Amino acid sequence: MTTTTEMPTPIETFRMEVRNWLEANCPTSMRQPIKSEKDLYWGGRNGTFANEDQKAWFEAMYEKGWIVPHWPKEYGGGGLGKEENKIVLQEMARLGCRKPITSFGIWMLGPALLKFGSEEQKRHYLPEITAGKIRWCQGYSEPNAGSDLASLATSAVDMGDHYVVNGQKVWTSYADNADWIFCLVRTNKEAKHGGISFLLIDMATQGVSTSPIKLISGKSPFCETFFDNVKVPKENLVGELNRGWTIAKYLLTHEREMIGGIGETDVKKPLHQVAIESLGTENGTLNDPILRPDIARWSIDKMAYDITIKRTMDEVKAGQSLGAASSFFKYYGTELNKAKYELMLAMGGYNGAAWEGEEFNYGQLARQFCRTKGNSIEGGTSEVQLNIVAKRILGLPSK
Amino acid sequence: MALILNEEQQMLKTSAKEFLKERAPVEALRKLRDERSETGFDRQMWNEMAEMGWACLTISESYGGLDFGYVGLGQILEETGRTLTASPLISNVLLGTTAINLAASNTQKEALLPIIAEGKMLVTLALDESTRHNPIQINTTASKEGDSYVLNGKKVMVLDGHVTDKFVVAAKTENGVSLFLVDAKSDGISIQRVIMMDSRNSATVQFENVKISASSLLGEEGQGAATIEKILDIARIGLSAEMVGSMTEAFERTVAYLKERKQFGVPIGSFQALQHRAAQMFCEIELCKSLVLKSLQAIDANEENLPILASMTKAKVSETLQLVSNEGVQMFGGIGMTDDEEIGFFLKRARVAQQTFGDANYHIDRFAKLSGY
Ligand SMILES: Cc1cc2nc3c(=O)[nH]c(=O)nc-3n(C[C@H](O)[C@H](O)[C@H](O)COP(=O)(O)OP(=O)(O)OC[C@H]3O[C@@H](n4cnc5c(N)ncnc54)[C@H](O)[C@@H]3O)c2cc1C
Repeated sequence: MTTTTEMPTPIETFRMEVRNWLEANCPTSMRQPIKSEKDLYWGGRNGTFANEDQKAWFEAMYEKGWIVPHWPKEYGGGGLGKEENKIVLQEMARLGCRKPITSFGIWMLGPALLKFGSEEQKRHYLPEITAGKIRWCQGYSEPNAGSDLASLATSAVDMGDHYVVNGQKVWTSYADNADWIFCLVRTNKEAKHGGISFLLIDMATQGVSTSPIKLISGKSPFCETFFDNVKVPKENLVGELNRGWTIAKYLLTHEREMIGGIGETDVKKPLHQVAIESLGTENGTLNDPILRPDIARWSIDKMAYDITIKRTMDEVKAGQSLGAASSFFKYYGTELNKAKYELMLAMGGYNGAAWEGEEFNYGQLARQFCRTKGNSIEGGTSEVQLNIVAKRILGLPSK
Repeated sequence: MALILNEEQQMLKTSAKEFLKERAPVEALRKLRDERSETGFDRQMWNEMAEMGWACLTISESYGGLDFGYVGLGQILEETGRTLTASPLISNVLLGTTAINLAASNTQKEALLPIIAEGKMLVTLALDESTRHNPIQINTTASKEGDSYVLNGKKVMVLDGHVTDKFVVAAKTENGVSLFLVDAKSDGISIQRVIMMDSRNSATVQFENVKISASSLLGEEGQGAATIEKILDIARIGLSAEMVGSMTEAFERTVAYLKERKQFGVPIGSFQALQHRAAQMFCEIELCKSLVLKSLQAIDANEENLPILASMTKAKVSETLQLVSNEGVQMFGGIGMTDDEEIGFFLKRARVAQQTFGDANYHIDRFAKLSGY
């Protein structure tokens, strides 16, 4: 440890540079909390910016290379090291900067390509993702393959110079707005896990169609996706034939960490602040004596959960592996989020019950509440995560 | 600060684990109980602990201590939680020594700490007076008479009060609450040993016109309240470390039993109803471990938010230990109800530790208050 601090360390200098750059380049409107879907920019062939600020912010970040700061430069990233990447994210969080783009390409497909893709695939697909040119969706689940994902049936048949894909995916989030889909397909009927491959498919190809499904939240963010004799070039296979399950598992781990809130940088109002504002206090005590301990318990759990994420990350840095812990985080983080909205609804009273009307913010709270119920289903249900913790961490036997 | 142990702390933990496994496993507690031991803990073992430096981890080097810090002490406490070892670590190290560290004058420290550091003097805190932890409710009085004070009142749940050499007594003085260091043999003190559910000991201590000199005042007169909160916060966190050890051990024993016990021709651990409950406990225990480590670090770093961290930790750890100790007995089935099986010892220790220094309800309320609601 140095005792004299006249000279800032390179990392401190970097932090100051980042801070100054963000201050100068992030429009004020892009530092406000996300209010609705419109505030998110998704990119893609048909992607449009909601306003000038959103566009300016995306373009500034893109030119700086900070759409994905830690991806290598040759793949469209910023080439930053882990520590520097963290600083960019921390400083963005500190200022409350919105993500310049919301993208399944960045947080799902990207990591898989970086680990399993060929050099050509990385050079082709990754820069398209950071430039916001191509919007991706995830084609895993099928009507008869949910929790038991490996029983999927959508087939890809080898026709010499290409595959022909037939089948149906379901719950495909944003498929109707996506340009490409990364799919798990069956390439061998004889082996369950060992007969699955990971295929990239352009959704503009003849034979691909989608149909939106309406959610309990009133929105239709996900679809059924159909494949009817779809021709897919062979070079679109990622990794080896029949080894797609390994990639799928890797990606699911990643997805769980994200859904579980690891690496989450959003700054949100603490729950008790919401409580104080909506219920009021008397002599420093919340006006609802029954909700009060529930809110305190939830807040303690939330902080304990965040500290646990930090502890786990510190352990990973010290050389231990995360492994099945991502299932614990997925389970706990999503259950916490659901519990939060139950409390928000209880505090909101009749306001939380409204579905329409300007004075009720168009039922925003009720709709968000409904949406949180999906947290413990998407990316593998809570029950499935508990199965994984029981078997992989605790070593409990199968029947 | 990174939430991991450094090498020295890790080594201390490992050596504590080995020592306790050898010298003070759960059978040792059973033996103390069955033989109705006078002290309630093994004096010889305490001497050995002191020789290893466990009595002086939090005493500064200038008074003969190791100045190793609370993260280190927490590792030892966690290990004693695994073995349910009865020792003066809570009463004497967490409470008594902390009180002297925080409130005593240099002269007092010079007189006391080197002896405490060697494990040759036991000091405990005489604070609570009500049926539940309530450190604000103090009716014991210390009235000034010339150059001395006269103590009157009754203290309950004085940990290891039946064997202690000195008490740190909280009493009302003219201008607030003050702390006094009182010799246990002083005239006018009567001590009633209370054997508790967990086979450990506390005492009910009566002070009747106990005359004490002005030099036994710890800290400024009337300034005791803040010191008491700080002592308690440190003790709450230290005790939580012990409780995490107990829950981890009880949980590991339960999981081992789930793998070993067969019914319907299969290990009971293959039943999903039990698997999910076990997995949920795993998650809660992970949260507890994080809180304890974070809070121990906060003591050493003298962080300002210690009260809030202490309440978060004691609340969460108390609730989780309750869950894990209950599930332990349930998942062991009939055998879990027998005195022969050790899982019941964890249940009993759990309930006593939950109440000590405030249970979950107490700390959830305090947490909310400290957070402004
Ligand atoms: C909002 C949302 C977005 C989604 N987005 C996508 C997407 O973009 N791409 C995609 O491919 N998929 C997506 N999904 C699908 C999601 O991955 C599946 O819904 C999920 O894996 C569960 O499958 P299922 O719906 O078939 O439920 P099922 O598997 O039929 O489960 C029904 C119930 O049975 C329980 N259950 C099942 N098996 C077990 C078991 N072994 N032990 C105990 N309980 C069990 C489940 O926990 C659940 O409670 C999305 C889902 C939601 C809700």
